[in-house]
Amino acid sequence: MAVPTGTLHLAAAIDGDGQYQAPYYVELARLAEEGTLDFITVDDTFGPPGPGRGRLDALAVLARVAPATGRIGLVPTVTTTHTEPFHVSSAVATLDWVSRGRAGWRVEVSATEAEARLVGRRPAAPAGELWAEAGEVADVVARLWDSWEDDAEIRDAATGRFIDRDKLHYVDFEGAHFSVRGPAIVPRPPQGHPVVAVAATDPVTWQTAARHADVVYLRATSLEEAGRIRDELRRRAVAHGREPGALTVLAAVAVDLADGEGAPGTAPAVNSPVALIDTPGGPPLYRGGPAGLAELITGWHTADAVDGFHITPVAPRHDLERFVNGTVALLQHRGLFRTFYPGAALRDHLGLSRPASRYALEREAAR
Amino acid sequence: MSRQHQQIHLAAHFPGVNNTTVWTDPRSRSQIDFDSFEHLARTAERGLFDFFFLAEGLRLREHNGRIHDLDVVGRPESITVLNALAAVTERLGLAATVNATFNEPYELARRLASLDHLSGGRAAWNVVTSSDAFTGENFRRGGFLDRADRYTRAAEFVATARELWDSWTPDGTSRPFAHTGGHFTIDGEFGVERSPQGHPVVIQAGDSDEGREFAASAADIIFTRHGSPAAGRAFYADVKRRLARYGRAPEELKIMPGVTLVLGDTAADAQEKAAEIRLQQVSPQTALLTLEQIWGVDLSGYDPDGPLPDIDPDPDSQLTQGRVRHGDPLAVAAKWRALSEEKGLSIRQTVIEANGRQSFIGTPAAVAAQMTEFVAADAADGFILVPHLTPGGLDDFVDRVVPLLQERGVFRTAYSGTTLRDHLGLPYPGERG
Ligand SMILES: Cc1cc2nc3c(=O)[nH]c(=O)nc-3n(C[C@H](O)[C@H](O)[C@H](O)COP(=O)(O)O)c2cc1C
Repeated sequence: MAVPTGTLHLAAAIDGDGQYQAPYYVELARLAEEGTLDFITVDDTFGPPGPGRGRLDALAVLARVAPATGRIGLVPTVTTTHTEPFHVSSAVATLDWVSRGRAGWRVEVSATEAEARLVGRRPAAPAGELWAEAGEVADVVARLWDSWEDDAEIRDAATGRFIDRDKLHYVDFEGAHFSVRGPAIVPRPPQGHPVVAVAATDPVTWQTAARHADVVYLRATSLEEAGRIRDELRRRAVAHGREPGALTVLAAVAVDLADGEGAPGTAPAVNSPVALIDTPGGPPLYRGGPAGLAELITGWHTADAVDGFHITPVAPRHDLERFVNGTVALLQHRGLFRTFYPGAALRDHLGLSRPASRYALEREAAR
Repeated sequence: MSRQHQQIHLAAHFPGVNNTTVWTDPRSRSQIDFDSFEHLARTAERGLFDFFFLAEGLRLREHNGRIHDLDVVGRPESITVLNALAAVTERLGLAATVNATFNEPYELARRLASLDHLSGGRAAWNVVTSSDAFTGENFRRGGFLDRADRYTRAAEFVATARELWDSWTPDGTSRPFAHTGGHFTIDGEFGVERSPQGHPVVIQAGDSDEGREFAASAADIIFTRHGSPAAGRAFYADVKRRLARYGRAPEELKIMPGVTLVLGDTAADAQEKAAEIRLQQVSPQTALLTLEQIWGVDLSGYDPDGPLPDIDPDPDSQLTQGRVRHGDPLAVAAKWRALSEEKGLSIRQTVIEANGRQSFIGTPAAVAAQMTEFVAADAADGFILVPHLTPGGLDDFVDRVVPLLQERGVFRTAYSGTTLRDHLGLPYPGERG
């Protein structure tokens, strides 16, 4: 399953539990964009992140960030268990419209009893069942995006028709848990399909990730382990009839750049071996300086263990700044990472082509 | 305060998916690109409007079993657009229409509180109640709600959302909530800190007796269709009278009809433009379709420039789906026939005539005077302006009419507060004990 070592992809989380002010997120997003990262993420849970704690709706935050940025991809977590697939499709498509083609979403489930009680429609269910349903949601969401062909809007004054309704399609999706008639109420988003991400840090997600995701994050503390997991995910993607390279696999790493290596910009020697600390419940932790992190990224990427990294700065303002001005600057200097955005859409950054609507293809084939 | 100086509230309605919106005009731009939303929102803020308004429909309309194709079709999801608009505006209120039947209180309360935070206290929610099985086909529960229950659910939904918003104290402490009712039995912790307005502003748009009662009990604004002075006065009196029952003062509920307007350099010029726009709004195809919506049968064989059909409407027809049906079809058909015979009008001319004129037609000075009079006469507290062009349809109004309203002393010359509640002069909700 050889896929040649390709472009390095970098993404960063800009979460801020208890941060309710837009400027906090805008500042971090612009910083990440200065570093020409592929995308930023904002995490979310259906319920509160913990007792007595709060956070904003992630898709809302990134919609607010969209007009304040120009190129960087925007990937909020959106949950599928207690939400309506139809609304999820509309909201992500709209994020793509307001960002002019920079949207994605990270599929997540809500497995706790506490979350089930916030809605009161269904009891908590095992994660395996919820991830199977999440796969159905990802499926119908993409069908809804396809339900308008790209050229459905015709504005034909002679016949008085605004759309060619032959180019709008019912999706008639029947899942194990829900059905959706369609078509979408939102025209096809600029990217055709906004990017789908899955945090494949637990094997329970792998089937859904391999089948529906464009980007997956994996959890590994060594490059050997990372390579093994990537191979497994690619094997499963192929089993679903996809190209192995259809998955962009990023290693999830929390980074704490608090006290390593002095000022960014200089290129200090890295004298201690770069190691990741296994942290239960979160991504493995890198603690050290920006140059050491650049070493780690370079090592894993050139060994072709992963396609890139999704980093979670431990102290976002400080660590993201050092990541961009230190680690990313070094990677750029070595010619390993882009210095400008050649494309405008998130799919461009990821090297993904824009898919045709499946219904347009079916209609073509039937002619 | 003298009656002449009663303050007017103004809102900008993004052009909708009906034939009020003229898409054949060369100045008409995209109904979906963010640029269009940004243009209209910036225009409204330049004009110091109270808020910007987005409508919603959760299923594409159908006619005769096929997707309706004569009007603008397709629009983005409201709350997401408004979060983006919060980045390019500073004071303008941001109102999203969101259905209370096909959503759940926890998720929607969270999304609205997030918008209120991210916009610095500018969020509003227009609570609509469509519950038909046709729309339900897009959702998990299908057409689960009996039409008779649409407002009991909406009222409990709004009350529940407010319980969630109140579950955080202003100093940032979260307390558990528990709600038990006919429609919702939920408990836990709400995941968003109390937002700047405490409660986002609630708008109601429905006209039935239950709808009016719900508005009197729970809404801050009513979006109504009663845009003529006579109908406006009757509606205004009726709804304001209901407020006392809920211990509310008349100023606590603002009545804002949706209105259209045409400006001209002279009265004759404005009338001429108005007639031209009505002709654009009712194409020959739209004329026939409008008739079919009332008759409930296929009329494609009729000539839009010929006489009205002599057959009777089918009152139980399901020909049209996803659209609110107005009035008894037999009565409407009789009225239209009479109109056509009296004035010798074709199908298209009858539709144009019966659909009525724009609410305000005239020179900027005349329109400013009419609006002032409308509000002074207790027919409304302000207006939701529905432009016929996307996105420049309110440019002229803001440039030419707003200054005249300001001169008359009936419209603000600067925003005095930062939140939508400030603009509307609404009280901040007291915190529950
Ligand atoms: C001015 C006005 C605007 C409305 N806008 C919407 C809308 O954007 N989306 C929607 O689903 N329903 C909309 N409605 C429909 C109402 O929410 C309600 O479902 C309908 O009027 C039936 O309720 P009623 O019997 O109380 O009139 C609107 C109604 C009015 C009067």
